[in-house]
Amino acid sequence: MRVLKYLLVKEFKQIFRNKALLPVIFVMPVIQLLIMPLAADYEIKNINISVVDHDRSPYSRALISKITASGYFKLADYSNSFKEAFTQIERDQSDLILEIPRGFESNLTREGRQKLFIAVNAINGTKAGLGGNYLSAIIASFNKDIITLYQTGKPIKQPSIQATVINWFNPYLNYQFFMVPAILVILVTMVGAYMCALNIVKEKEVGTIEQINVTPIKKHHYILGKLIPFWIIGMVVFTIGFFGISWLVYGIIPLGSLALLYSYLALYLVALLGFGLLLSTYAETQQQAMSLAFFFMLIFILMSGLFTPIESMPAWAKVIAAFNPVTYFVEVMRMVVLKGSGLVNIQYHFLVMGLFAIVFNTWAILSYQKTS
Amino acid sequence: MKQFYSFVRKEFYHVFRDNKTLLMLFGLPITQIVLFGFALSNEIKNSNIVICDYANDQASHEIIDRIAVSRNFDIKKMILSEDEIEATFKEGDVKLVLVFPNNLNQTLIHSKTAQIQIIADATDPNTASTLTAYIQAILNSYQADMGGANKPAVQIIPEIRMLYNPELKGATNFVPGVMALVLFLICVLMTSVSIVKEKETGTMEILLVSPMNPLTIIIAKATPYFVLSLINLTVILLMSIFLLDMPLNGSLALLYLVSSIFILCALAAGLLISNSTDSQQAAMLISLMGMLLPIMLFTGFLFPLENMPMPLQIFANIVPSKWYYIIVKSIMIKGLGIMPILKETLILTGMTLFLLLVSLKKFKIRLA
Repeated sequence: MRVLKYLLVKEFKQIFRNKALLPVIFVMPVIQLLIMPLAADYEIKNINISVVDHDRSPYSRALISKITASGYFKLADYSNSFKEAFTQIERDQSDLILEIPRGFESNLTREGRQKLFIAVNAINGTKAGLGGNYLSAIIASFNKDIITLYQTGKPIKQPSIQATVINWFNPYLNYQFFMVPAILVILVTMVGAYMCALNIVKEKEVGTIEQINVTPIKKHHYILGKLIPFWIIGMVVFTIGFFGISWLVYGIIPLGSLALLYSYLALYLVALLGFGLLLSTYAETQQQAMSLAFFFMLIFILMSGLFTPIESMPAWAKVIAAFNPVTYFVEVMRMVVLKGSGLVNIQYHFLVMGLFAIVFNTWAILSYQKTS
Repeated sequence: MKQFYSFVRKEFYHVFRDNKTLLMLFGLPITQIVLFGFALSNEIKNSNIVICDYANDQASHEIIDRIAVSRNFDIKKMILSEDEIEATFKEGDVKLVLVFPNNLNQTLIHSKTAQIQIIADATDPNTASTLTAYIQAILNSYQADMGGANKPAVQIIPEIRMLYNPELKGATNFVPGVMALVLFLICVLMTSVSIVKEKETGTMEILLVSPMNPLTIIIAKATPYFVLSLINLTVILLMSIFLLDMPLNGSLALLYLVSSIFILCALAAGLLISNSTDSQQAAMLISLMGMLLPIMLFTGFLFPLENMPMPLQIFANIVPSKWYYIIVKSIMIKGLGIMPILKETLILTGMTLFLLLVSLKKFKIRLA
């Protein structure tokens, strides 16, 4: 135990004497947590629309004003031809072209049928699909308007099903509620994994690891001495982010138990730091450790269901997501904080994270060799 | 010139003799492009839903059948009472509950109007509103088919054409984004340690007493990484075209030209970081901790930039990968020429020159 205490004192001194490192550990996550959630908003609104109105009739004008009044679309411009509108799409000035053919009104009143042409910039498939859907819905309702408003015949009574929609847990559909807890997870992960991965490699590169290797310090003491400081830092960073930013600034008050959340965090940090150590035992230079950490970090972030849903990934990608510790912590955060899930609901998550912790740490201790 | 040449050769040796790093430099971007190109998509499909069917009659069964065949939904289970809803949501993987009232069919036939409840787990607002819209579309089509004989007298038929990406694939949007992200970060990461490493190991002193001037040192440092990045770019392009089915509608030469500018810009950013820090650790933490999330979000491929608050939209302008992302989409997918992307190209060139100038200014020819 005494050995461990001395090691801890050494590590903390090293960390707190490094003036370049402290702001990176404590200030950068706070700033990012303040700003990043504002940038992450997937609600599709403000779809820019270019209108090519060949008809210029009361009907076509009524349709256009109905579209712009819907709140989803912003009229980017009126063009005289499809070609002109298309250059707007090429320049990203507009996302969608609505072309109203000549004779729109007269065909509708005389023959009762008329086509409309819609062209969507579909590079972002989701946005295009939703935009197309919204527009079709507006046109369908315009269709009904014509029947009731313009045509004298009495409206046809159709059986109708009305759906009442209730949004639980987040009634105002605030996207930040969804993003803030998850981004906090990423920041804690980055601080923990990077710092930890760099730490041992630095001793290798500078050569001070030789001095440790010739002492009677046990392998597990050394590893623990590296783990504990970063575990504490991880806890502190999380606490600052959780209470200081998420609670005070964004007003996210956790529904579930804090004790549960913190015990999961404690376990998660052990697993994560074990992973960081593992990286640092395999790397020889800080550059290598960093490239490795970068590689895994990017996969951890993008394959965790943080930004894009895991359900829509192909089967093999779901397997990768299942081997990603971040996936579980992001889920736990969202479940406990936003829905108030209890221990029963996340026992599987505890089990998996426990396995991660055991595997990573055992592997790291085994692969750390005092002799070269 | 000869001096410069031998210095570049030294740098090449540095890079090529470190096999592990070299392997990572090539392996990482390639794996990531493929991984993310296939895996990322914003589409919402196969969402688990739960149905509480009090009606259990013809109408509710027909609607449930329609939902079951849609690939957006997987019906996970049927529950008997609304009391189970909360517990179901807390388990986590159910996104929506649909409640059919008693006697749905009867109500529909007699009073012509009936109510159905959609209860969504709105922790993810985007999924919640998209799924609600899908369910409503299914209900609408069911109603329209029920109406049967008495179709409305007037019909407007919208004909929708999906430009550039008729199958609405996720890759078309994500591949250019991941390309911009990975190329930028890897270039910054590589060069950010290059100069500070010499400072840390003490070899900087040797460089400083040599007759080389700072500009030569900086350019020579960047050269091997520039060559490597071009090879990287080539491999990435080959993979995205042949493996991920990305189109290449524009000119390849133009794409290479603009990519070179972008790579130079990233290298210059890395050099600047390297010049302004004292330890490799600080340099790498700045380039990864500080840049990973902002670059990821402000490139604009995950979340639409136009949704962001105004100050952040303005801030996004200083992120080089934002411009490169626009350029790659314009050249590869839209097949545009140089004129429409002139503005973006000039901005990237300007950024590159600016970053190089600043890092030259920051280059200290005296040891501290």
